[in-house]
Amino acid sequence: METREEVQILGAIGLRRRYRVLVAKLGLDGHDRGAKIVARALKDAGFEVIYTGIKQTPEMVVRSAIQEDVDVIGISILSGAHMALVPEVLRLLKEYKADDIPVVVGGIIPWDDAIKLKSMGVSEVFFPDTPLSHIIEKIKELAEKRRKGLE
Amino acid sequence: MKSFKLYLTVVIFIKGRYLGDYSEDFIQALARALKEWHDEMVRAGYKDRLNMFLTDSGIEIKTVYTPLDIASTSYFEKIGLPGQYPFTRGIHYNMYRGKIWTIRQFSGFGTPEDTNKRLKYLVEHGETGLSIAFDEVTLLGLDPDHPLAIGEVGVEGVSVASLWDMDVLFKDIDMGKITTNMTINPPAPVMLSFYVAVARSRGVPDHMIGGTTQNDQLKEFIGQKTYVFPPRPALKIGVDVIEWSIKNLPKWNPISISGYHIYEAGATPVQELAFTLADGIEYVREMIRRGYDVDSFAPRLSFFFVAGINIFEHVAKFRAARRMWAKIMRDWFGAKKARSMWLRFHAQTSGVELRAIEPYNNIIRVTLQALAAILGGAQSLHTNAFDEALALPTEFSAKLALRTQQIIAYESGVADTVDPLAGSYYIEWLTDKIEEEAWKIIDRIENMGGMLEAIEKGYPQREITESAYRRQREIEEMRRIIVGVNAFKGEILENEVKIPLLEIDEPSVRAHQIARLRKLKSSRDQAKVNTTLTELERASSRGENIVPYIYNAAISLATLGEIMGVLRNVYGEWSEPIIY
Amino acid sequence: MSRSQIQALLEKALEGDLRAISRLISIVEFPAEVDPSTIETIMRELMKRGGKAHVIGVTGAPGVGKSTLISKLIAYYRKKLYKVAVIGIDPSSPFTLGSFMGNRVRMQIHSSDPGVFIRSMATRGVRGGLSASTVLVLEALDGLGFDKIIVESVGAGQTDIDIINISHTVLNLVIPGAGDEIQALKAGLMEIGDIYVVNKADKPEAEITLKQVIDVLNYESFIRSSGWRPRAVKVSAVMGMGIDDLATLIEEHVEHLRKSGYFQEVVKKRRIYGSFIVIKHIIESRVEEIFSSSNKHILEMLLRGEIDPYTASLQILSEVLGGRR
Repeated sequence: METREEVQILGAIGLRRRYRVLVAKLGLDGHDRGAKIVARALKDAGFEVIYTGIKQTPEMVVRSAIQEDVDVIGISILSGAHMALVPEVLRLLKEYKADDIPVVVGGIIPWDDAIKLKSMGVSEVFFPDTPLSHIIEKIKELAEKRRKGLE
Repeated sequence: MKSFKLYLTVVIFIKGRYLGDYSEDFIQALARALKEWHDEMVRAGYKDRLNMFLTDSGIEIKTVYTPLDIASTSYFEKIGLPGQYPFTRGIHYNMYRGKIWTIRQFSGFGTPEDTNKRLKYLVEHGETGLSIAFDEVTLLGLDPDHPLAIGEVGVEGVSVASLWDMDVLFKDIDMGKITTNMTINPPAPVMLSFYVAVARSRGVPDHMIGGTTQNDQLKEFIGQKTYVFPPRPALKIGVDVIEWSIKNLPKWNPISISGYHIYEAGATPVQELAFTLADGIEYVREMIRRGYDVDSFAPRLSFFFVAGINIFEHVAKFRAARRMWAKIMRDWFGAKKARSMWLRFHAQTSGVELRAIEPYNNIIRVTLQALAAILGGAQSLHTNAFDEALALPTEFSAKLALRTQQIIAYESGVADTVDPLAGSYYIEWLTDKIEEEAWKIIDRIENMGGMLEAIEKGYPQREITESAYRRQREIEEMRRIIVGVNAFKGEILENEVKIPLLEIDEPSVRAHQIARLRKLKSSRDQAKVNTTLTELERASSRGENIVPYIYNAAISLATLGEIMGVLRNVYGEWSEPIIY
Repeated sequence: MSRSQIQALLEKALEGDLRAISRLISIVEFPAEVDPSTIETIMRELMKRGGKAHVIGVTGAPGVGKSTLISKLIAYYRKKLYKVAVIGIDPSSPFTLGSFMGNRVRMQIHSSDPGVFIRSMATRGVRGGLSASTVLVLEALDGLGFDKIIVESVGAGQTDIDIINISHTVLNLVIPGAGDEIQALKAGLMEIGDIYVVNKADKPEAEITLKQVIDVLNYESFIRSSGWRPRAVKVSAVMGMGIDDLATLIEEHVEHLRKSGYFQEVVKKRRIYGSFIVIKHIIESRVEEIFSSSNKHILEMLLRGEIDPYTASLQILSEVLGGRR
């Protein structure tokens, strides 16, 4: 992906592919402040962000991610239901043969649960107060890796 | 009238520069002194450590405040005495000297049995009012056996789906003696029906049933987001509850017009204030549209604000809020009773200002936030537990949160006189400034046609998302310091990570609740339930006040999900407008 | 991609495999990033099966409720067992080329439905109007067998004109109190839709707005080239009112197109227009190149004000293109 400066020089060439990220809020919790901030930061960093809104089920998240052919799935979950819902997302991704799409999770996740989730296949767990720049960096890495895998 | 003539004389004399309480000679002398002071300061080489000091609302703060900053403030007009218009200093004459604020800790988790135990624990340790936190499933009006409930039952609050659950929740609690706040919004009429039915069944007369249903449907679209119905039906349901409550429960606050969630969603203190009052205006207008005299219901309206860590800004916000609401009620809506002009409010210390890193720091943060609420004259207060950013409170952290309030109340002396910060040049200036900025936003909303229109257009949602993003950038760029997070980062000690946290065994809570639901359904008169639900559907399609019909369904043992299901069919469901 | 990989992908997609459909769409979305022969192969296979989908374009100012309306239409079509695809277009930041796409929010309830395919596309630096990507994705979805393809745009002006040129049925959404829009309609400035939809019918002013729109439509002779006289209806997308009537009207329109043979005319026009859009974008993307490879002397004169932009451009073009020839 081009840098901001490169974009300004290159101008309006409409045929370049950007990295795409799905940002979803799993479960019934409606606090979307964090998810929206990350979505906005990703957009400012040049990503195409597909924001699904709140109250998403694992099925909705996975099918949306596949339809949109995203490079990374970002899940925000603050309600404590992550151990019931995130593994379901991973399972469905496998079932749809789309488990090449990396999943990152942010929210209120206790340390031990984070370890468990990563062992199940979640690529990164972001705890509260993780700097945005770190989150963007990690997502960019994962997107790059996935793209290379597709070629 | 005489003082007004005096005003005019002073105005003419000072060429209309100000109308305040100080003499012109004094003001001019001070102005000269201040200029000299400033020049001296520059000459002596004093430099500020930052380019600019700003409040959380972005208001620039000066080095020092003097009478010059409030030169045009008239004490009688703007500040006044407590218990009298414009109520800037407090709604009661002697405030905490008469009665300490209500210590009302928001709590709830697991089964009604679990929460009943915690409620008793809190009362035993000094809480003076109850406040129930419901789980996400209940907040959205679903039953625990709904497919979307998996993983969520009892996790963020208590699961209540029926009259039986409510009865268990208040087992051995005297509902005639203690007041209860229920933080519930779209399902407010259902929870209220459950609560009233249980109280009545225990012989509590209607005029002794005291408490609050949050029932602020409009703010759900701006923050919190536990909305169900689209804005217009949601407003109608909310006002139905106000109407029914005014008629039946003289001691009940049918609504708690909330700013807390708006702030937590990213608003600045000024935005929180403006959006909350704008919501309030919409509710008052709707009641008046239904034919009610403002004095017949206004005394029962209550508010709910955040207490943030920028102490002075929030104190000023509370004072401005009282002054603004009094003006709105008296001048916009023609209220005659003083009680109609009172802004009674509950405060909660901000959760979003607490951090997961170095959680014990939060004890200090909560203390400062609580201080802001008390110096600001809150009627009741909830203090967060220090582990709030990680999980629901344990008994230990809940007790500590209680103690925070008690120490402030009884050891610090701040409750010994009314509005102690009044007269501070900074506080009075800041109160005026916040009021000024909030009016600008309210004017904009009025021009849009009111809060409902503004919400449908996405205006407050956009503003809040912007503020939230800006705040995050400030933190990332080190323009806003959060101790332990982006500055003064220490080695993480073991006891800061391995804190005993409250764990909820969700599958077993869910199983327990589903079992009770099954038992309830098999022992009730199904035909009766069906009849009440059909009547509810008919009444809601016809635009009637739905609360009596909901009450009938509730006492026939219809479940929360069943009742809300009828309403979902009639009113539809809402998904929010796209923001960017 | 190898020939056999393309074949395998096409087969899976035509069988309805979600992943395959999505990957295929991604490939044709960025034609410049693969071998031209890949695009040719894929599109040839798809287009021979295409030309059947009913393309519905939905235009209207931001905030009028397009997404909610589309969500309700999807529900209606799914009841009739139609396969529905939706292309939602959102603006890209001109500086970062990033985009925040929220069209799905109001349609998410359909994400679990295997008969619905929703794809969000960003404008990606295209200055107004649809992009080459949208054209190709549309043809691809047509070839993949979707019965209804709904194109939603947040834009106005050029984007709306493009949508009119590629759609069978154009829905133009307005909300009550839209006085300016009625004026624009009268002045003929507003894009001509087939069906004007007044949303937020739950508001009392909606009836007035509907009347105003109908008056203008009756007064002006806005007959479409297909012979269809535009109609107006009232709905409340949020409350689900009037959706059936609207859908019936849409069917009436497409029936009219089919009977008059105009349905295929639209498909033909769309393909030509699509080509036009692609050529325009290829040229646009070459402008910078042309400019920077031109004679420095001309540029210097332009900078010094010794020559005007028009004259300078003619000279640059004749030099660069002439030289190429």
